[in-house]
Amino acid sequence: MIFSKIRKVLGDIYLVFVLIFLYAPIATLVILSFNTSKSRNRWGGFTFDWYGELFKSSTIMSAFRNTLIIAFLSALIATIIGTIAAIGINNMRKLPKTAVMAVNNIPMLNADIVTGISLMLGFIAFGISLGFKTILISHITFNIPYVLLSVMPKLKQTERVTYEAALDLGATPLVAFFKVVFPDIFPGIISGFLLAFTMSLDDFIITYFTKGAGINTISTLVYSEVRRGIKPSLYALSTIIFGTVLILLIVSNIAQNKIKKNK
Amino acid sequence: MNKDFRKVLAFPYIIWMAGFTIIPLSLIFIYGLTDKSGSFTFANVLAIFAGEHFKALILSISLSVVSTVICLIMAFPLALTLKSKKLDKGSLIVFIFILPMWMNFLLRTLAWLSLLEKNGIINTILHFLHLPGLNIINTPAAIILGMVYNYLPFMVLPIYNVLEKIDDNTINAARDLGANTMQTFTKVIMPLSIPGIVSGVTMVFVPALTTFVISNILGGSKVLLIGNVIEQEFTKGSNWNLGSGLSLIMMIFILISMAFIAKYDKDGEGISV
Repeated sequence: MIFSKIRKVLGDIYLVFVLIFLYAPIATLVILSFNTSKSRNRWGGFTFDWYGELFKSSTIMSAFRNTLIIAFLSALIATIIGTIAAIGINNMRKLPKTAVMAVNNIPMLNADIVTGISLMLGFIAFGISLGFKTILISHITFNIPYVLLSVMPKLKQTERVTYEAALDLGATPLVAFFKVVFPDIFPGIISGFLLAFTMSLDDFIITYFTKGAGINTISTLVYSEVRRGIKPSLYALSTIIFGTVLILLIVSNIAQNKIKKNK
Repeated sequence: MNKDFRKVLAFPYIIWMAGFTIIPLSLIFIYGLTDKSGSFTFANVLAIFAGEHFKALILSISLSVVSTVICLIMAFPLALTLKSKKLDKGSLIVFIFILPMWMNFLLRTLAWLSLLEKNGIINTILHFLHLPGLNIINTPAAIILGMVYNYLPFMVLPIYNVLEKIDDNTINAARDLGANTMQTFTKVIMPLSIPGIVSGVTMVFVPALTTFVISNILGGSKVLLIGNVIEQEFTKGSNWNLGSGLSLIMMIFILISMAFIAKYDKDGEGISV
């Protein structure tokens, strides 16, 4: 009995240790964002200046806009192509299905650096100039597999008989699809979209190789700033991003728990 | 919609994947196996054995092996402790452990730079306590730290996923049959968590092996990994043939990892986030 208690306490201590390891860097960024002193090792007093500077900086703001637009558009287009494709693939024979799913795994399992370089070589070979649209195409490319993998399992669970019953009762195939199949696979579509959106937000390597000059996302901007010397406004940016993510996740967490309880 | 028509729905996707996955990948093969004049050669691939390239590859492999092992050692007890708390899916504690993963990857690495610098926060605190300073920035140790920090969640999640699926009755049965804690662990829990471990290991090893970002930021471009060599061939050196040839070497390692996953994690249960 005492033995298992010791183990429980040790386990809790370990959890706290890992939590400190995970959150110390983030806490550092947050604290530094309020520090008057530009040097990183001295506390010069509390300030909101870096936040003001952040919103005045047109480079950071345009990078922020690019990141959001690319994440939203790439997730949306990937969700449309991926969902339609999932229906098609679900009706394929085993052999072509296996082949398609194997290709689908390539962008997921391949190293980002190889995916990034290969896309860059592809764009240049076909004379597509690097810029916003090449980033968008690349993000759609690595997002589609995630959508497909979220929708396919839901499609497999839907009963073909209900769809056929709708047809027998006089629904056109399109109506039958939207009234019967679509509600069943909708959670998969949503989670695919969200996964794609976050993948796109977080991507650096593939964007780095396919962006060309003159356009930045948050990730590529941070990378170039780190090499030039970090400005405190980047700490402010990190704090805002962390705060937003925290609020979004807490809200979605509460919403999910409510849905569970209602069930 | 008849069956043949529904198959047509996959066409836009197939065309997209052919155009933006298969053709670009073939270009890496074409560039990697030709020289600048376009004639066939193995020189770009064999260039991996040239002094500095080989050194970078060996360093990459050793750093990513060490990071993967550290991640595994840290993640397994963590996942076990989380399981012992019998949490619901989506509970607050699990959520707290996933949260840092949602922070931008570059910003997380930037944070470590601020912590580890010579006049950084850790050293200021150590100095204040009259302890010797920690000078690991721009060394392989800092890179390992960055890798462990960034990729630890990739190890925790798959292991936690498989552990959670182990029925408590299986463990109780082992105890009833006389197994002690250690035996239960080695004979029941460990074997059942192999799929999670395998996908965790590959999900940490592959990005660690191929990174150039962590080594650039925390290694201060003093430590050259194979990822840095390839990146520089494309951005600075502009010898695309050589860069592609070295990428082919990297892809061999990725293929080996994929084969591992396919062998041990047949249902893909470890990968699901």
